[in-house]
Amino acid sequence: MDGIDLEVAQGQVFGFLGPNGAGKTTTVRMLVTLLRPTGGHARVAGFDVAQQPAAVRRRIGVALQDAALDPLMTGSELVELQATLHGIAPRAVRARGAELIERVGLSQAADRRVGTYSGGMRRRLDLAMALIHEPEVLFLDEPTTGLDPTSRLMLWDEVRRLRDEGTTVFLTTQYLEEADQLADRLGIIAAGRIVARGTPASLKAEVGRPHLDLVLADSSDLPRARDVVASFGDHRPATDGCHLSIGLEHGAADIAPILRALDDAGFAVAELELKQPTLDDVFLAKTGEHLEGAAQPAPEPELV
Amino acid sequence: MRAASVALARRALRNFLRRPQLLAPLVLFPTLLLVVNVGGLERTTTLPGFPRVDGFLDFQLAAAMTQSLLLGGVSTGIAMALDIEGGFFDRLVASPTPRLAIVLGRVLAASVIAALQIIYFLVLGAIFGASVKGGVVGVLCVLAIGIVAGTGFSALGVMIALRARNASTVQGIFPLVLVVLFVSSAFFPANLLSSPADVVAAYNPLSYIADGLRQPIAFGNALAPMLEGLAAAAGVAIAATSLSVLALRGRLRQT
Repeated sequence: MDGIDLEVAQGQVFGFLGPNGAGKTTTVRMLVTLLRPTGGHARVAGFDVAQQPAAVRRRIGVALQDAALDPLMTGSELVELQATLHGIAPRAVRARGAELIERVGLSQAADRRVGTYSGGMRRRLDLAMALIHEPEVLFLDEPTTGLDPTSRLMLWDEVRRLRDEGTTVFLTTQYLEEADQLADRLGIIAAGRIVARGTPASLKAEVGRPHLDLVLADSSDLPRARDVVASFGDHRPATDGCHLSIGLEHGAADIAPILRALDDAGFAVAELELKQPTLDDVFLAKTGEHLEGAAQPAPEPELV
Repeated sequence: MRAASVALARRALRNFLRRPQLLAPLVLFPTLLLVVNVGGLERTTTLPGFPRVDGFLDFQLAAAMTQSLLLGGVSTGIAMALDIEGGFFDRLVASPTPRLAIVLGRVLAASVIAALQIIYFLVLGAIFGASVKGGVVGVLCVLAIGIVAGTGFSALGVMIALRARNASTVQGIFPLVLVVLFVSSAFFPANLLSSPADVVAAYNPLSYIADGLRQPIAFGNALAPMLEGLAAAAGVAIAATSLSVLALRGRLRQT
């Protein structure tokens, strides 16, 4: 980590976006007291992670990247164990456990061993365990990595519900769509450094202009077609190597002139798409590279 | 602290019962070795210098118990290492669980398992004609020494797991356990061991633990060997638990 400096307001979902290996998990492990920082300060829920780790642990819920669940225990047993470890009174343990198991939709599987759970079920159980003591701050480290779209959307709903209930959520993700959908504020990290921070809208506004993606009927025309469209805006690196992408200086008004110019030069356009700035554009603008997983398909909303 | 330790001990116990690959060796290997030894070496009881016993099984039961308790320590270590490998240890560390409870929960569970191991061998012995000469008091003494020794061996396993952080390394100490056991008076009387095994056996705490277990079973109650056995077991337990707590602190400092 190199000079990470960020602040998360109470009750916000803070998205920590970056590619694999950028330092997201390392940051989380320091904030949840699993890794001792070699320098600097960090306060979570008002307590210093290095000087007052016990106070921090009492106030946080943690769901790490690999849901570390005991496969030999049942869902109920694990949640109740977690409740006991958090000092919940023995009389309340069972009721609280059942309440959370129901909340994450695992009532039917509560008495099954965790080893038989799917990835999505394990993530939900992990979340239930992290919530057992009603933490002030919840850390979710890539909670949807490897999940199917349905499980991912269920988890997104739960994160929104937690925000509505006033829980501060620190969410790391490598998925642009997830950060865009869930985060009130974002920090974008690359190679251990924060390269951008702000609300998703403000970050995208910083990048500014929409861009036009074009696919030519004949890909051999690409080099010459690039020269033709260069006068309409900045040429952007292609995301898949077979199409043109142009940042438009005048927005949608540039589309017709571009098409006319290509037509006049004898190039046939097979596909075109006007794209508004995305968080990948922000990442690209800040680092010169696309974010890994930028092409990750977003879950279809109708599956909700 | 107490609630967390008990909760973690209950989990460790439950998982032990649900993981036959950890539980089975505790009774299978010592039982097989007991059968082989009693079946093939019965005539060693006629050797000059061999203490007077009703049968070789009476003598060998303590060896089987000690071996089983040592294997219990290895199994506890493996279970702890699996928690570290699988990330469950991190989950505990990131929660307000008292640090000491992480070790205490394990050794507490191990003490219950040790009691079950001792009872198993006492019942096995009784079935095949080895009665405890020391009677009820003798049985209680065997249980006490066994539980304390089992706790100590398990704390050693926890300490090794915390240092090694992987189950295969902990599993690798299994042959060493057998070597240490063979250079003790567990299988044969110390006075029948040749040099340098007899010298090593004289300083090996396993000799005192095995002799302490053996005394009430094979010979009847006698304070000195039983107290020595209990003291050796307690020494191992205190030293190993202290070392495992230090190992835990060291591990947490590194995180």
